[in-house]
Amino acid sequence: MLFMILRRIGSGVVVLVTVACLTFVLLYASSSNIARNILGDQATPEALAAKEAELGLDQPLLTRLADWWAHALRGDFGRSWFTNEQVFSAIASRLPVTLVMVFASIILIALVAAVLGMLAAVRRGWVDRLVQIGAVLGSALPGFIIGVFLVWVFAIQLRLFPPISKITPNAGLNLWVLSLTLPVIALVINGVASAAQQIRSAFIRQLELDYVRTLRSRGITEREILFRHVLRSAAPAGLTVLSLQFISLLGGVVIIESIFAIAGMGRLAVEATTKSDLPLVMGVVVYTVVIVIVVNLLVDILNGWLNPKVRVS
Amino acid sequence: MSTTIESPDLLTVDDLVVEYPGKGMFGRPFRVLHDVCVRIAPGETLGLVGESGSGKTTLGRAVLGLAPVTAGRITFLGKDISHAGRRQRQQLSQHLQVVFQDPYTSLNPAMTVGDILSEPLGIQGITGADARRRVQELLDRVHLPVDAMSRLPREFSGGQRQRIAIARALALRPQLIVCDEPVSALDLTTQARVLDLLLEIQQGTGVSYLFVSHDLDVVRHISHRVAVMHRGRIVEQGEALKVTQTPDHPYTQRLLLASPVPDPDRQAERRSARQAHAASQESAA
Amino acid sequence: MTEVTPNVAQSAGQAGVVVRASTWHRLVRNPMGLTALVILGVIVLIAVLAPLVAPGDPNFADIGNVLAGPGGGSWLGTDSAGRDIASRLVYGAQVTLLSAALAAAVAIAIGLPAGLLAGYYGGTFDGLANWTTNILLALPSMVVLLAVRAAIGPSTWIAMVVFGVLLSPGYYRLTRTAVQSVRNELYVDAARVSGLSDGRIIARHIFSVVRAPIIIQTAMVCGVAISIQSALEFLGLGDPMVPTWGVMVADGFRNIYRAPLTLVWPSAAIAVTIAAFVLLGNALRDSLEDLEKVKEKRARPVGPAARRAVPPVAVESGTEHHLLKVTGLGIGYPQPGGGRKTVVDGVSFHVDRNEVLGIVGESGSGKTQTAFAILGLLPDNAIVTGGAIQFDGVYTVAPDDDHVHQDRLAPLRGKRISYIPQEPMSNLDPAFTVGSQLTRPMVRILGITKAAARDRALNLLASVGIPEPQRTYDAYPHEISGGMAQRVLIAGAISCEPDLIIADEPTTALDVTVQAEVLDVLRELQSRLGLGIVVVTHNFGVVADICDRVVVMQNGRLVEEGPVRAILRSPQDPYTKVLLASMLENKPPMTPLLTEEKLSPLLTEDELVQAEESLELTT
Repeated sequence: MLFMILRRIGSGVVVLVTVACLTFVLLYASSSNIARNILGDQATPEALAAKEAELGLDQPLLTRLADWWAHALRGDFGRSWFTNEQVFSAIASRLPVTLVMVFASIILIALVAAVLGMLAAVRRGWVDRLVQIGAVLGSALPGFIIGVFLVWVFAIQLRLFPPISKITPNAGLNLWVLSLTLPVIALVINGVASAAQQIRSAFIRQLELDYVRTLRSRGITEREILFRHVLRSAAPAGLTVLSLQFISLLGGVVIIESIFAIAGMGRLAVEATTKSDLPLVMGVVVYTVVIVIVVNLLVDILNGWLNPKVRVS
Repeated sequence: MSTTIESPDLLTVDDLVVEYPGKGMFGRPFRVLHDVCVRIAPGETLGLVGESGSGKTTLGRAVLGLAPVTAGRITFLGKDISHAGRRQRQQLSQHLQVVFQDPYTSLNPAMTVGDILSEPLGIQGITGADARRRVQELLDRVHLPVDAMSRLPREFSGGQRQRIAIARALALRPQLIVCDEPVSALDLTTQARVLDLLLEIQQGTGVSYLFVSHDLDVVRHISHRVAVMHRGRIVEQGEALKVTQTPDHPYTQRLLLASPVPDPDRQAERRSARQAHAASQESAA
Repeated sequence: MTEVTPNVAQSAGQAGVVVRASTWHRLVRNPMGLTALVILGVIVLIAVLAPLVAPGDPNFADIGNVLAGPGGGSWLGTDSAGRDIASRLVYGAQVTLLSAALAAAVAIAIGLPAGLLAGYYGGTFDGLANWTTNILLALPSMVVLLAVRAAIGPSTWIAMVVFGVLLSPGYYRLTRTAVQSVRNELYVDAARVSGLSDGRIIARHIFSVVRAPIIIQTAMVCGVAISIQSALEFLGLGDPMVPTWGVMVADGFRNIYRAPLTLVWPSAAIAVTIAAFVLLGNALRDSLEDLEKVKEKRARPVGPAARRAVPPVAVESGTEHHLLKVTGLGIGYPQPGGGRKTVVDGVSFHVDRNEVLGIVGESGSGKTQTAFAILGLLPDNAIVTGGAIQFDGVYTVAPDDDHVHQDRLAPLRGKRISYIPQEPMSNLDPAFTVGSQLTRPMVRILGITKAAARDRALNLLASVGIPEPQRTYDAYPHEISGGMAQRVLIAGAISCEPDLIIADEPTTALDVTVQAEVLDVLRELQSRLGLGIVVVTHNFGVVADICDRVVVMQNGRLVEEGPVRAILRSPQDPYTKVLLASMLENKPPMTPLLTEEKLSPLLTEDELVQAEESLELTT
């Protein structure tokens, strides 16, 4: 078990290094227009050269990569080219609201999808059909369209929610939660649809196994079979589904934050991208990958703990 | 030793060792067969009997080139085939064929019976009307109707599928067929029918069988000679009735006494004999 | 080939076409599939014929006529720059479909060959490919696409190529799993023995397996690609000169207070197109699954209705003393096309205390179905078509019941009637220790404390011949052998002092030496505890070893019943005679077993083959 955890941490570090290096090379390989981009078309050649020297763009790519790593390992991801803000603090100030939304969404997805998936698997019949139809509809609507229509219907027509969420927790917890409700709903619908479907099939697979029949023959109640045995055996499949959902939430939040004008990491990423603010883009990628790796590690540990073959060895 | 051997045997296996690589990077290789020696003469059936994990199936697969030969030598028709390449295997397939245990997975579900039977023919360059004629012959040989050709395997019962598998093995008129538990997935009466068919084919064509089974009764019924495997080694080998009725090795004795007979009183005798045998083995140990 | 007579290859090819055609046929007949196909067809047509269909230039901006409503000069109105919405929608379809196709094509081009190679050869390439896949799956696609946009600039096509790369793991895993499951199939081994080259094995035997899943996956992937492409355009990260649905949604959203309708058209276009792809994928999956399992599980809710209390019914007097009595039992299953298939028909027998009854038959004889009916563990869709089952003087299935009432059987199961299954390993929950699986029913049914249950379990393990009870008690199922697992299951079956044990092929999965030991354990327990046992088996050796009486079943019917010696030594029914003639023990070696002379006039070969066919269908 411990060995497994160490190995996963090791492979996580390798993934992080690989992705960071590849992203860096991708972003900085063609750096010819960067200085002009920042200074505008009127800049003189001297000013451009000075800017390039200032940003270190006159150095070879590998030197810059090594330089980036040297700073990154000390927690310094450089400064934004446009606002001169520290990348670290830019992200740190925007990350919390994003994480709140993503974690609230994943918990909602887990709960709703597990209940729907289990109901569909155990009850079959019309409940099952309803869940299946809902899953098709839910996965057919892209998150941004759901978001746009939620704004239109609930914020603009019905005025139940604030249409944009430039509200911080300081404005009062109630208001803050209210302002994040629509974005989270928009994030959750796709995830619930596909996770419920997959959890349903995981449960059906388990319910058809021989040992379930033997448990029944031993006089164990259906409730205990379901919640003690089947739930536990289906959990690894469910966790894997959720970890993939988590990754797609990190992508979905980019769009949702833009729709609801939430000052989170996703919106920061879009702004940095549009302006080609490369240090910021680089920082966002690294942070995202770190979050994914940590979550995957937790999922692996939980799965290992659930599986006696891993736990005992 | 020279590569050509003037022996009357069709197949000889000398000191065969098969190892599978161990798990993980530093896992020790796992030895499945230890210095196994068997030989099969033309027209002869060698029965290979053992329990699960004894290595009997691996021996059959090694002969077919489906298991890695770590050491030792497999000679077929006077040629060393221990490490035969794809090309040599392709030539070998004319003389060396196989019938597997599970008739449900040994036939490609997406191919028609006609396609399945003509596949080995096509590799040897037999196509068109010749192939069709041969397929008809084969179906007739295993007592299946000619219209079976255009049907899919799932339209047939287990016994019928095993006949199709036997027909595929016979397609190129081989001299040796490795039969890997060909009847153990079948019902009793179906098993009897397939055994009858295999005997009938041997009498008609003079083919040899390497017949792998866990069932002592099946092996006794179909074999000229029998080899008993236990934990990757051959513990006893000899004339079929001798080995299966009055074995010398304690393990074969245990195997024989454990196989139940279909009569309550004789089974009661066998049971007490087994318990006595177990007690004597225990006290000897 | 100009031959008139169809040769083998041709006839085979035709049959293959028939299979595909029927899948296609089912797809078109499925309302969901047909709708999806029609919608996609229309969209493709619109995209291809865009210059002809579009009412105007999609980029012509009429500044004097912004955010006009439908009607007037343009069908659907104009956007915030005065451009014609209908024209933009039509041209947007081009971009949308092309980008979906591009992403899917890139994903297939990478994932399919990689999956084939990794699945078939394994080894280093497999390891490398898996590692790459794990990295790609750990990246949120949106973030990667942002980075690419930042580095390379706005281009829908580059974004879709990158997105295709990010989607390729889906195809890779799909292909790899399919190939791995097929690679070790015996028919691939048979092809290898025939000397077929790797290339031809992949093309002939393996590619056919992945074809269908790839098509389904592609339908889904196209939907996802459209979604992400529109989202990128919506965020303003695309090429502003190209009319796309995503840009139109963004424009509508900016003017949501003034002209919400401009938001509706492109959103509807996106949603309908994606829904069509998703529906197509689902319909394809359904039509392929139909092909494989004709037996659709029709579920009955296990809700309150099914648990409704049923009044006890008095059994026929004079039969109360039988421990178990089955009278005229019939079991059937509903068929997809309506109607019902009977698998057990008019079966009657009884078992007394301290008696072992063998139910013998081949696959499909209905012996296991009968056993599950006694236990009340038939699948949900099983119908009791007739007859009754009584246990210790009380009906568990009353004469008029059409299914097993769980409230009659649930109190008996585990407590008075217990079960020994066939496969030892799959019948233990791998996530719990042997000990916890043994003690749980005892605590529940006997009402004893955990500690008492533990002591009892250790004693039970010792009594079924397990040498180190404590070690087995603490072990997980994967840590013990098959023979040990079967002893654990026997210990579980006797743990609550039942009166009757139903043993379904209890030794079939075991080696013969282990079988002998397990039978010893069962026999000893039976005589010590005075149990009634029903042993379902196909093996007459097992029957001779342990049974007092035997019933022989064939094709759902009981053909013969009697004391074990009478049945084994002088069978009366022709089918029993065939079964015994098929036994190899004590037969002259190398002689035919079932010649016509020996069996006639019992059954002809045709009748036997027919019987076998009908049996196979039921399993």
